Amino acid sequence: MSIDIIIIGAGPAGMSAAITATESGAKVLLLDDQPTPGGQIYRAIEAAGDKQATILGPEYMAGKPLAQNMRSTNIEYVADASVWQVTDEREVGYSSNGQARLVTAPAIILATGAMERPFPIKGWTLPGVMMAGAAQTMLKTSGLAAEGAIFAGCGPLLYLVAHQYLQAGVKIAAIVDTTAKANRLKALPHIPGALRRWDLLSKGQKWQSEIRKSGTRIINDVRALKVLGDTKAEGLSVNAGGTWQDIPSDHIFLHQGVVPNVNLSFAASLDHDWDEQQLCWRPKTDQWCGTSIDGVYVAGDGGGIGGGLAARASGEIAALGSLAKLGLIDTAARDSKAKTARTTLRRELSIRPFLDTWFRPSDDFRVPTDDDAIICRCEELSLKDIRDTIEIGLVGPNQLKSFCRAGMGPCQGRFCGLTVQELIAKQTNRPAADVGYYRLRPPIKPLRLEELANLQIEEDENIKF
Amino acid sequence: MKILNSDPASKTADVIVIGGGIHGCSAALHLIKRGVSVTVLEKDYVGCHASGVNAGGVRRLGREYVEVPLAQASYEYWRDIKSLVDDDCGYRVSRYLKVARSDEDMAKARQRVVDLNARGFTHEDVVDQETLRAYLPAIAPHCVGALHVDGDGSALPFQTTQAFKRRGEKLGVNFREETPVIDIKRHASNWHVETHKGTFEALTVINAAGAWGGVLAAKLGDDVPLQAHAPMLAITARMPAFATNAVIGALSGALSFKQFENGTVLIGGGVRGRALPDSNRTVLDMKGMSQFLSTACDVFPIMKRANIMRTWAGIEGYTPDNLPVISSGRAEGIVHAFGFSAHGFQLAPGVGEFVADLATGVAPRLSLDAFNVSRFQQIDRASSYI
Repeated sequence: MSIDIIIIGAGPAGMSAAITATESGAKVLLLDDQPTPGGQIYRAIEAAGDKQATILGPEYMAGKPLAQNMRSTNIEYVADASVWQVTDEREVGYSSNGQARLVTAPAIILATGAMERPFPIKGWTLPGVMMAGAAQTMLKTSGLAAEGAIFAGCGPLLYLVAHQYLQAGVKIAAIVDTTAKANRLKALPHIPGALRRWDLLSKGQKWQSEIRKSGTRIINDVRALKVLGDTKAEGLSVNAGGTWQDIPSDHIFLHQGVVPNVNLSFAASLDHDWDEQQLCWRPKTDQWCGTSIDGVYVAGDGGGIGGGLAARASGEIAALGSLAKLGLIDTAARDSKAKTARTTLRRELSIRPFLDTWFRPSDDFRVPTDDDAIICRCEELSLKDIRDTIEIGLVGPNQLKSFCRAGMGPCQGRFCGLTVQELIAKQTNRPAADVGYYRLRPPIKPLRLEELANLQIEEDENIKF
Repeated sequence: MKILNSDPASKTADVIVIGGGIHGCSAALHLIKRGVSVTVLEKDYVGCHASGVNAGGVRRLGREYVEVPLAQASYEYWRDIKSLVDDDCGYRVSRYLKVARSDEDMAKARQRVVDLNARGFTHEDVVDQETLRAYLPAIAPHCVGALHVDGDGSALPFQTTQAFKRRGEKLGVNFREETPVIDIKRHASNWHVETHKGTFEALTVINAAGAWGGVLAAKLGDDVPLQAHAPMLAITARMPAFATNAVIGALSGALSFKQFENGTVLIGGGVRGRALPDSNRTVLDMKGMSQFLSTACDVFPIMKRANIMRTWAGIEGYTPDNLPVISSGRAEGIVHAFGFSAHGFQLAPGVGEFVADLATGVAPRLSLDAFNVSRFQQIDRASSYI
């Protein structure tokens, strides 16, 4: 039996899309690179019990019925499947169980979610430093937490994870908040729009006040950061209000927001726009999440940051859009079924201008000022290395990449792409949008050579439902 | 750049080169060194396409017999590349081996050496299995020998193309990037090259437009049935050093294989993806790629466990006989240098000299007959464009 829709990513958007599509009779292949469904936000949700409910909260637990629902419907769900290519002819290349395969479908929904924005300060590559999202992953999957860690940066996730740490009874050395004071004034006009998710704002207030009450040290007005240590992190040097102070710790968790993970959508050569509010690239989408390639849809945070509930709603919308395109439902049914999801999406996105403005990461934290701060981790290129390359006239991300190898390593630019782009913009006095991004190519994840050498092209009868 | 009228005295430069690939840059450098003023017009950025993203083979081995003299002439430049462009270009001299995987392969290799010797070339030889294994202990046991050149090697293509550009720029070449040619016409004795950044004017125009060279040649009255293809390459994550001392190909089957000093392995083999020259895009064909990857695994079993990091392809122009066009055009003041069919990188330093000869009316020291544009001429066109 042939596949109608291939969905890539089993997070909130991918699971919702798969359920919605299957309910209307579509044959769905859901590919996910994790061993269990949930994506980042609902990671390891199927194994979560009362303890996780207490520590991680009701927003996390809301993923459980979604995963159960996905499991109980007739979806061909492949876990541990690494998707490494999507072409403009809707061919998906993926690997699972040591075998690379190519499979095509008339509709494809990319639901590849978000990733953390790079935080390139001096010493951020030392052992002991990780992103706050990674710290949360450890908490969700293994119940692991680091005693006496420093949380540094800005954004809701920083405080969410810190709050989860305290719920788990783990002490925090300090929260080092890099949110610029000036952001608050700029965010004021967006408060009325944000009131539809007032509950979220008050929840943020509640986390902060509980963190304060716990006696955790909070440092504000932070202008510069350096990780201390030579071979591993030994602490964080913090410039708050103009004075430097050192805080010792073996564990430093950095965070300054999340951005769409666009490696697959760029490699699929979808058209993208630079989003000045969220300081990131996002694929161009229409009201049904359709992209510049006919039959390819993008749902969830991979199309622009909106959070878990927005992702679920846009997953439904993308599924309905593809169902109508495939003729499995008519446009009237599509429009009426999408009403609830659209209302949810509007409500969820209403708070974004406020959050994006309030938590906008400062220029000096997006593009470092320390010459020896590493920009490209894979090739160990410092700010000075990149700046020197720009200076000799390599003023585009791809020229720069070809010349000094920035972005050529295993992370494929995830850790340096935005920094390099903004650095070129700053140094050549151009808007970031004009500078553009690395040209991304398959495989978007490292792929065992033998698997590709023995590539199998999936025939219809090989897919079992 | 002011908009120029048809007064010959107001010309932009003596020579306009269309195309900022390695051949355009090399011709420009050779010209400026002779005191000829040059402007290079590049539609994207220098080295953006095939010149900057190829496998970087600096290879005489295995070339068509008529091309060997060109490769030898270029080899002389490569040996002292720093004095030509003031940059080492990442040039590494090692050895180049085309591996034989059967007795038929070995027979083919031996015959080739006989043929080359008869033509007076002695740089290629045949090595036996024992010697091959001494060079490359990681090679598969069924590889029985190789065709071999001592002294061939590789360079970094983008760095090299940029080095040619920077050296030329330093000596006075005017590079205009992001300047696609809209039209080209002859007025009186000058060529007028129209771009959205103004009209450039010169006595002589060099067509070094790579995959786009065929369209330009047609406009100038020369038929070249050029096809654009996208030869694909793949690179692995770092691996332990097992083949950093040679560049490797295969006598049968598509393969070009090189391990860098940082441990990464570059694999190609001329298998083509889809080129979309109008939109500057290439689409990779993973089924095609699996061909040369399985050859790589066959020659080096250790490669089975390698991880591929990236794959890519440049846009390259191929002629029907896979030989380049290096030739004066039918129209006066036109020189063509394109269609290198994915083996032009090594040739660039030397071919630049000969193209500069053609552009300045000097007889090249080598015969370029095999590369004449007239070999494709099918229709005797009216020369209304002149």
